[in-house]
Amino acid sequence: MVHTPSFAHPIIKWIDSRLPIFTMLHHEYNEYPMPRNVNYLWAFGAIAALLLLTMIVTGLMLAMQYNPSATGAFDSVERIMRDVNYGWLLRYMHANGGSMFFIAVYIHIFRGLYYGSYQKPRELVWMIGVVLMLLMMATAFMGYVLPWGQMSFWGATVITNLFSAFPFVGDPIVTWLWGGFSVDNPTLNRFFALHFLLPFVILAVVMMHTTALHIVGSNCPTGVPVKGPEDSVPFNPYVTVKDLFAFSLFLIFYCSFIFFLPNFLGHPDNYTPANPMVTPPHIVPEWYFLPFYAILRAIPDKLMGVVAMFASIAVLLALPWLDTSKVRSNVYRPINRILFWILVVDCILLGWCGAKPPEGIWVILSRVGTLYYFGYFLVALPLLGRFEKTLPVPETIAEAIRLKHERKAHSKAAPAAVASLLFAAALMVGLAGPARASGGGVELPHHSWPQNSIFGRIDQAAAKRGLQIYREICSGCHSLRLVPFRALAGIGFSEDEIKAIAAEYTIKDGPDKDGAMFDRPGRPADRFPSPFPNDNAARAANNGALPPDLSLIIKARGGQEDYVTALLTGYEDEPPHDVVLPEGAFYNHFFPGHLIRMPKMLQDGGVTYADGAENTALQQAKDVSTFLWFTAEPHHDYRKQLGVRVILFLFVFSGLLYASKRMLWRNYH
Amino acid sequence: MSVTTHPSGAANTGSAGGEATRRDFLYLATGAMGAAGLAAFAWPVIHSMNPAADTLALSSTEVDLAPIKEGQAITVSWRGKPVFVRRRTGAEIAAAQAVDLKELRDPQPDAARVQRADWLILVGVCTHLGCVPMGQGTTDPRGDFGGWFCPCHGSHYDTSGRIRKGPAPANLHVPEYKFLTDTLVRIG
Repeated sequence: MVHTPSFAHPIIKWIDSRLPIFTMLHHEYNEYPMPRNVNYLWAFGAIAALLLLTMIVTGLMLAMQYNPSATGAFDSVERIMRDVNYGWLLRYMHANGGSMFFIAVYIHIFRGLYYGSYQKPRELVWMIGVVLMLLMMATAFMGYVLPWGQMSFWGATVITNLFSAFPFVGDPIVTWLWGGFSVDNPTLNRFFALHFLLPFVILAVVMMHTTALHIVGSNCPTGVPVKGPEDSVPFNPYVTVKDLFAFSLFLIFYCSFIFFLPNFLGHPDNYTPANPMVTPPHIVPEWYFLPFYAILRAIPDKLMGVVAMFASIAVLLALPWLDTSKVRSNVYRPINRILFWILVVDCILLGWCGAKPPEGIWVILSRVGTLYYFGYFLVALPLLGRFEKTLPVPETIAEAIRLKHERKAHSKAAPAAVASLLFAAALMVGLAGPARASGGGVELPHHSWPQNSIFGRIDQAAAKRGLQIYREICSGCHSLRLVPFRALAGIGFSEDEIKAIAAEYTIKDGPDKDGAMFDRPGRPADRFPSPFPNDNAARAANNGALPPDLSLIIKARGGQEDYVTALLTGYEDEPPHDVVLPEGAFYNHFFPGHLIRMPKMLQDGGVTYADGAENTALQQAKDVSTFLWFTAEPHHDYRKQLGVRVILFLFVFSGLLYASKRMLWRNYH
Repeated sequence: MSVTTHPSGAANTGSAGGEATRRDFLYLATGAMGAAGLAAFAWPVIHSMNPAADTLALSSTEVDLAPIKEGQAITVSWRGKPVFVRRRTGAEIAAAQAVDLKELRDPQPDAARVQRADWLILVGVCTHLGCVPMGQGTTDPRGDFGGWFCPCHGSHYDTSGRIRKGPAPANLHVPEYKFLTDTLVRIG
């Protein structure tokens, strides 16, 4: 069988006649007939694919620097954030990219549900899609374990423990998954290997997904197939430019998170290193798992909860056969359309319940939500197909477009685009500060912090005063082990000043050539030494309490600087009369549970500031919070400056892409 | 499968010249901006592989010279590589200075390779294919020229660390160093 390609260029012809890659690309992405009337919801498949490539590239670069061991993982991620060139950018792109990937895929799935894209002849496209979603969920779950924070560890423990629900085989399966008796180093290592592998499996299955689609052709909002040349446009350049425009807008949304709200979708507890001895008060999975988490907890029986959770995905596989309607698109199904939108609200509601503690009203709402979810697929859809009175469906796409033009004069694309841009802008501006403020359930006093504005410039003078507070007061008990002296350049110290500060410290080094450890003065490359040689010594010196390391404390607490400031100044000399103060504890208004082992350390006039700033306890608290904000994220200022430039670029680029798209499509409007 | 067509007519009539150049300019501007954006994204990806700040910060080592006696040599680790620090004897210095530059594959006078004649500081990595030459220990073979001998492919270095015989193309590399005091040198 001889394949004669239709290209002019001799080299391309030579390759293509031996490996028809160019013919394939031309057929699938150049001349492929796309229905003319698809709306922007159809862009999300392409957006998801581009996000997959982004995740693979950023993930690969991160994997070059990451250390997949229980002892080294957390620190290697912090090294990426602090020392690797643009490491913070790669990390935030990857972490937020995961969320963006799920947003795009969920919209893509709901598009499929609304327009009946799962119906014959696209059943296999749909089922491969469900497999893709499962692969994504596995990949995301394992990826979240890798930073080895508290949520990483405990999320892994809870989810792997799910399998113990199965009788007989449950416990051996869990032990096999763990490679031990609990989540530990073997688990982390294998999760890293699998997390690296699965995206490439996803890539291969995505190619199966698009191949299965292209063989039968794409769906459209009308639900009727392409019947003639007037129904379609060639994929390139009409759909490529339109998808690029959509992706550019999506990038604005994505970049708002990367540069201005990088930790909004995450959980502060993951900035605390994993501790197998202490479970965080509320374990929550990442937001994209919340609806499934709600379904799991809605059923009071352990095994049935797990079964229900898996069933909620399995039911999607059966969808092409559950929906008996002869009409494909909800545009022409007035009853199903209403039930569909209730389903959307239901999924959001389930997600909300998943984030709440499993008590009271949240349990009731979870059960109602679960009932509706299964009821929609297992009861409503099969029945509606038989009994719903549908609207008349146009014969062809061309006819559908003609009917639409007779009804309204303008398209909704421009207002929708503007709305999304405004939304992104509002997100950036409005939430540029800490998004969550919580301190033991008590309202936190808010201060205005210069670093929280959109151009986020840290107050260097305040940070320097904060360093003084740390050195004079906090460093007696609290380590700052992630911060090297050279990092102080970020708050305005010169190289000589840094050398002088470092030299004031004694660092243990060695062994020397006789095998003994020795002391030497600190150097800029050294990190702040810990006041104690190890955790046990720290506990012994503090009545059994472990003073936490302060490098990341601002990011590890939901209220960030407001919380730390409030805590340091929130002591009450006398507790309320119904509270008994145990030995060695103090009453603090803002500490969760109110009983803290650290005494009040900041007093008015307790330190003398070199720059003559007022030295009230509140000012000291604010200054040390400013310094600790810097230690938590030294590149914060640059992140925001770069973010402004990137988002401005994207606005301009989106404008150009929109103009190009309108220019290209002018005869099709 | 249906054959698809491009839109006919309207695009090419009317003010053809103005319309076409405006269209082309728009596509060109969009394409150029897209290319610039891709390049701007590619740079951080590539640069992340360059040495990180902590690697760059550990790029110098201080060596205490006091315990090294005349004729003795020590090896220290600098940037992950061995560095030979040898306190040369008078005979070794004289031999190094007496060599005719025309005999050298990589001509360099001894004075250009040392800051103080009695202290020879070299990166102990053979310039051929990277093995660590022998000659630091008192019982090590030192090759035919009294310096170092690389056992991998037989390169001989003299008392100034210059290549004299064997396949290595260049003299042993002299790192950047500075005497902080008479007995303390910072390498790198």
